[in-house]
Parts: sequence; structure tokens; C-alpha cells
Amino acid sequence: MSAANGTGAGAGKGAGKNGGDVLLRMTDVVIDGFSDERWHEIIKGVNLTLRRGEVLGLIGESGAGKSTLGLGAMGFVRPGCRLTSGEIMFDGMELRQMPEREKQKLWGTRMAYVAQSAAAAFNPAHRLIDQTIEASLRKGDLSPKEAEARAIDLYRAMQLPDPAEIGYRYPHQVSGGQLQRAMTAMAMAAHPDLIVFDEPTTALDVTTQVEVLASMREAVEQFNTAAIYITHDLAVVAQMADRIKVLRYGEEMEEAETRKMLKAPEHPYTKSLWSVRSIAKEPETNEDYILQIEGVDAAYGKGLKILHDVNIAVPRGRTVAIVGESGSGKSTTARVITGLLPPSAGRVLFNGTPLPAALKQRRKEQLQKIQMIYQMADTAMNPRHSVAEIIGRPLEFYLGLRGRAKEARVLELLQMIELDESFMDRLPSELSGGQKQRICIARAVAAEPELIICDEVTSALDQIVQEGILKLLLKLQQDLGVSYIFITHDIATVQAISDEIVVMLQGRVVEQGLKTEIMHPPYPEYTELLLSSVPEMDPDWLSNLLAARTGTGDL
Amino acid sequence: MHPIVKTVLQRLGLGVVTLFFVSLIIFSAIQFLPGDFGEAVLGQSATPETVAAFRRELGLNKPAYVRYFDWIGGVVQGDFGTSFSGRDSSGVDRSRPVVELIAPRLGNTLFLAGMTAIIAVPLALFLGITTALYRNSIYDRVVNAVTLTTIATPEFFVAYILILFLSSLYPVFPSLANIDPGMSLGDKIIKTTLPALTLTLVIVAHMMRQTRAAIINLLASPYIEMARLKGISARRIILHHALPNAWAPIATVIAINLAYLVVGVVVVEVVFVYPGVGQLMVDAVRTRDIPVVQAAALIFAATYILLNLTADIIGIVTNPKLLHPR
Repeated sequence: MSAANGTGAGAGKGAGKNGGDVLLRMTDVVIDGFSDERWHEIIKGVNLTLRRGEVLGLIGESGAGKSTLGLGAMGFVRPGCRLTSGEIMFDGMELRQMPEREKQKLWGTRMAYVAQSAAAAFNPAHRLIDQTIEASLRKGDLSPKEAEARAIDLYRAMQLPDPAEIGYRYPHQVSGGQLQRAMTAMAMAAHPDLIVFDEPTTALDVTTQVEVLASMREAVEQFNTAAIYITHDLAVVAQMADRIKVLRYGEEMEEAETRKMLKAPEHPYTKSLWSVRSIAKEPETNEDYILQIEGVDAAYGKGLKILHDVNIAVPRGRTVAIVGESGSGKSTTARVITGLLPPSAGRVLFNGTPLPAALKQRRKEQLQKIQMIYQMADTAMNPRHSVAEIIGRPLEFYLGLRGRAKEARVLELLQMIELDESFMDRLPSELSGGQKQRICIARAVAAEPELIICDEVTSALDQIVQEGILKLLLKLQQDLGVSYIFITHDIATVQAISDEIVVMLQGRVVEQGLKTEIMHPPYPEYTELLLSSVPEMDPDWLSNLLAARTGTGDL
Repeated sequence: MHPIVKTVLQRLGLGVVTLFFVSLIIFSAIQFLPGDFGEAVLGQSATPETVAAFRRELGLNKPAYVRYFDWIGGVVQGDFGTSFSGRDSSGVDRSRPVVELIAPRLGNTLFLAGMTAIIAVPLALFLGITTALYRNSIYDRVVNAVTLTTIATPEFFVAYILILFLSSLYPVFPSLANIDPGMSLGDKIIKTTLPALTLTLVIVAHMMRQTRAAIINLLASPYIEMARLKGISARRIILHHALPNAWAPIATVIAINLAYLVVGVVVVEVVFVYPGVGQLMVDAVRTRDIPVVQAAALIFAATYILLNLTADIIGIVTNPKLLHPR
């Protein structure tokens, strides 16, 4: 059933497809959303044309209206939204004014959707295969047995392990990458003409992402399905799309064939998107270590051991990036350093002296010297505290500042993070994602720490905003001489900010060294896999990678 | 052992421990009832000597902890002791075992509770599911308004209204529910209809609203959006995609209401002169018939614990993560 990797991989995409019939044509589509007691436009008159078998990439920052437009292409709007005007022609049918009952007949059978989080989009109460075939059974041309057989073929095409059995498991019994592939199989099940992929790999590790991308691309090619591929990751869209459309604030910036778009973007906004991966730091080291982790083992409760003999050294005033997939022990390491999880063996030295293992045994000065910044700035701040209270709290707690002195210092810190005094009285809900993360940075810096642990601090942010946050962190390091531990699964971030890199796999340190050493061959096997899995802006990257891996028998 | 069996056994064990602590609380609370048991039972005219002899006979002169263990030791063997009533200062003893007193009453209470549950639970589920399906429609609003009205009305008032309409003005059902063991099942059902209807009106709103809320709560989940995008009909989305994930909160509220049917219906029993455990317990408190009070309180506590345990277990077995571990 599944074509061998090599054959699909070399073929690339796009060639000769633009001659197909037009499947979907959206004209002047306006979609409104209701919030703050009024309707306002989310999609402001967008045109979109998609031919049979063609893949259109839809990119932009969060809030650009990508998902709204993608769902709109199916004639679907989320609760609180409405299709206000324009025309959505799908294979000769107008969807905007079509009654819901008529559209239900198309959904799942002629057009399908693949959501960002497969873990949330599968119903926890039912087996995968029952959900996979639900839409095709409704169509009525297959018996349950035939539908199941077809689903199993699709699982095989999506390269799921044990395709004959995996469908009989419940969603929580398979991994995230497998779920994402099962969801693509579910979308394919009724052989639809159109699939909308909404950030289908954003929640996956890079190594998993490669496999999922490859199997999705192959399935789309095999069935000649047209697709809208929504993502904020340019390198990913370059692998998947024939054409790319750039959206911003609900309006189209520009659209072009993938290679042309990558080589010669025209709109200034697109150019700015393309240029974001520009930070590069010359790595330096230091023989003076601020933090040394020596032979640490750690486990949660009486359960499985998470960390095995972890040794990491952080040079003073430098940045150590800890990279690895989810479950590799990165965040657990951070919990050991901060004392939240006392290690079962080994010790943590700070400035050469051992830190007490548990948080409660540590003195205030020891707590003050190590601060943390979290991935979700949203949940790391008290939603009822103003910015001044959030930043003022460590000033009062660690440094004993009060009244005017505190206020003056808060203002200084705000300026340090490139915000102004108008932010003092705002609540977290009145800030953008990037601003929230800046406030969290200011709160960490306020304690005057020597070491800041940054746990995936840019993962939830758009690329342009990420750039700003990383630049700010670099500047603070230069000005204040603070050391960073940077936990991330994003290799581009690592490239941008780190001096040294620690690669972790299954609770063990695979490698530690200067960035220039780690990022250059020869690599240990796992580092090689990790680095080679990071998508590049070259549209042939995925094909070449798959060809190379098949060639060496390494997949 | 399957993890579910293990969890159920653990919960059962916890239930027994809870019941033990409840028995301690019941026993000590009764020690604080004002007045002397002997005097209260024998009456003001009893001589001090008779009272002292009575106290000796009942073991009331022993220290409290000894009496507690005597009592709980008997309970474990199914012996709830002997009622205080039926004795008087003349020394004639017509007292009966507590079990003999309570058993028929408990049977009646369970009969009424069962009849109410058979009407109320399916009705509440049906209304909850349909109002969730047609949420914000006229139907939804009418059902919500009516059920809210019935729950906001005191139960004795609901009872008298039903008597007025269904017994006095249109004599369909008898207003007296004085059933006795000799009656046929059909007679019993007819006699119990009005109290059962009253209780149904009282408890249906709570269960129906919780069912509706639990389902609607889930409708914002990504997997419901996914189901809609697969073209699944609204009815199937509610029944097949939302309901299976909503059983835990629904079971909890049903358990609370069923427990109420056993332990909280004394007002309704009084209005319809229904011979249930509630009335028996109130009478026993008035006459200081301590063994009966203790037994009834313990039975009520056990009912609560057992029903909540059942709800917990339903919550567990409808959760696929627990039912089908990795």
C-alpha cells in the first residue's frame, strides 16, 4: 500500500499541478467575530483559489486569521463568528449561504480538517478506528468492515506502527506523533477533495515532525487531494506547499509559487518574516563556573527514574542551552536546580558551594540568585496583579525596597525591557504575548539574580516576537553579566543565543560542548538525528533528507 | 488485578473507615442530647429508684467508651440493640428489637425512593439532554423555568398543591399514603404516587440542570469541533461525543439526589402520613429512644457513603484513561 520513501521523496511537488480544475474559489470573503460587545472583521475580504491536487500554504503570525480562513474555506465558522459576505464556491456549490444540514453532508466526506492538537481533537471516550471511520460510514457506501479495512490501509500509508491493531486503542494510549498521523488518516478516510491542515505539526518534536510531514505529504500526493496547509513555520510550509499565501491582520499580503516566494518575497512584511532568523552569537566560554550539576539522579515519587547521572556545568556570564525532545528530562533538570525536586543522588554546586537539595532548606539569598522564566507567561503571572505589583514583588521580598524607591526601580526595569511607565497599572490580560514575556523577564531580573533559567520562553510566541525577546535577553546578559540556562527544543533559538549546548536524551546527557563544536560534524548519532530534523527554508530539504536517510538505512 | 477492581476495593475500604468515624460522631452527639434518658423514657412520675434500676438495666451507668463498643460490636453482627420504648414505670416490658422496628419502615422508604427514582432519573436525563441539544430555544427556556419553579417551592407546598388538584378537586390518587405490608403491589403504587410525584418535582431540576451543564460544558472541546467538522449531526454529537464524557458529574448529582430521597424526605412523609424511616427517627428523637436514633442515623450515613461511592465508580469506569490504562 505505502509507496517506498525514496520514490515519493525525490519527486518534489508542484510540477504540472497548476493545470488542474479549480476546486475552491473564495471571493471577497469577510468573516466577523463577536467580542467586546460588538462585531469586528477577522477576515477582511480575502480571495483564494485552489486547484485539485494543489497544496496552498497559509502563513502568518497568530491572530492573522489563518485558522478562521482555513475553516471558512469549508464553510465553517467557530461559535461567535459569522460569514458576513463574499462567495465560497466549492466544486460548483456556494457554501456561505448553504444551510448547515447541506454542509454537514460535505464535511468529513468531501472536505476534512486536521487540527493542531490531535490529543485534544480525538474524543477520549472512543477508539481511534471508530472515530476514523465515523464520517465515511455516514456516507453509506461502505460496510463497517470495509471502512475499517480501509482505515487500516491508511494507518499503514501513514506509517503508523502496527497498523492492524493501533486503531483499536484509545487516544491516550498512543503517542502525540502517532495521534497526529491517525488524525490525517481520519481526514483521508472518506477520500475527500480538500483537507485543511491547521498547524498539524506545531505540537510535535522536530524528530517526530519529519516523519509526520513526510507521511502527510505522501498521502496528499497519493490521493491527489487538494490541501490548505496552515502554519507559522516558514521552513515547514516550504516543504509542503506549491504556493504560499501570507496573511496579516485578516488581509492578504502576497501570494506566490513557493520557490519564488522564498527567493524573492515582494511585500515588506513578507521580507521581514523571512529575515527573522538573523541573530547569531559568537560562542565564548569561561573556566569560572557559576553552576555545576554533578552526577544527579532524580525520580518523581517512587516512580520511574527520570534523570540518570546528569553532569552539566554553566560558565559564568554565558548561556548554556539544554536541548532534547519532550520527555528527555530538560525541565526535570531545571526542577532539580531550583530545588523543587530534590535529587536522589548527586549534588548541585552554586559558585562552588553545594546548594541544599530541597527548596525549603535554601536561604533567601540562595533563592534570590537563581530565578526562572516560564514558557506560559500567561499562567506564570497572577491575573489580578498589575504590572507594577508583579515586578515590585521581588524588589520588596528580596531587596526590601518600598514606596518611592520601589516605584523608581520598577520604572527602570520597565525601561530595561523596552516598555514605558504607561504599563505600570495594566493587568496581564491587557498585554500581548510578547509583552507578557517581557514582564516575566523583568520580574526575574528584579531579584538581581546571577543565574536565570529560561524554560521554553519563546515557544509560545510568533517568530518576530521571539526575535525581540531573544535580543532583549542577549542585551541583558551583556549589561548585567547574568548567566542563562536555556531549555528549548527549538534549534534555531539555540543557534541564536547559546554559548554552550547540552544535548539530552531519555534523562541522560548525550553531549555538552561549545556551540561551534556541537553544531559541526562529526556528531554523535542522536545529535545528528536531532539537528538534521530541523526544517530548513529550502523547499527540497525534506525530499533530500528522506532520500539521504533511506540511502543510509537510517530512518 | 485490574486497576479498576483495585480502586473500587480501595474506595470500599475508605467507605468503611468513614462509616466508623461517622458512628463515633453519632454516638457522641447523642451523649449531648439534653435531659436524662431514664426520666425521659419513664416519665416524670418515676421514682429515683426505678430510674436508677432502669439505667442499670440499659447499661447507662457504664462509661461512654464501653457503651460505644457494646453498641458498635452489636451493629457489626447486625444487632442494633433494643428500643427504649414500650417500657414504663410499671415495669412491664413490651420493648422490641430496633431491627424489628426499623426494617419495615426502611422497606417503605426504599420503596418510595425507588419509585421516585424510576420516574425522576430518566426524566431528568431526558430533559437535560434535550435542553442541551436545543439550548437557548423556547423549549429550553420553558423547561428551565418550570423546573426552577418547582425546586424553589417548599416541598410541603408542592405536596399540598398536588393533593389539591389530584386528590381533592379531581380525585385521581389518594392523599393518604398509609401503606401497610398486607397491601398488593398495585395498591401500594397507587397510594405512593402523590408522594413520589412530589419528590420528583423537587429533585428533577437539580439533576436536569447538571446534566445540561455537563454536556454544554463539553461542547467547547476541540473534539466536539472536530466531530462537527466531520459532518456529524447535532443529536449524535450530544449523545455519542459529549454524553460519554459527561457521566462523572451527572452520576455525582444523581447520587446526591437519591441519597436525599432516603434521608431527607421526612416533610413529605408527614404530609402524606407515609410510614417511612424519617418519621420513625423524628419520633425516636422526641421520646429519647436512643438505639433507634443511632440506628437510623447510621443507616442514613451508610446510604450517603454507598451512593457517593457508586457515583465515584461510575466516574472511574466511564473514564477510558482509567478503564484502559496504557
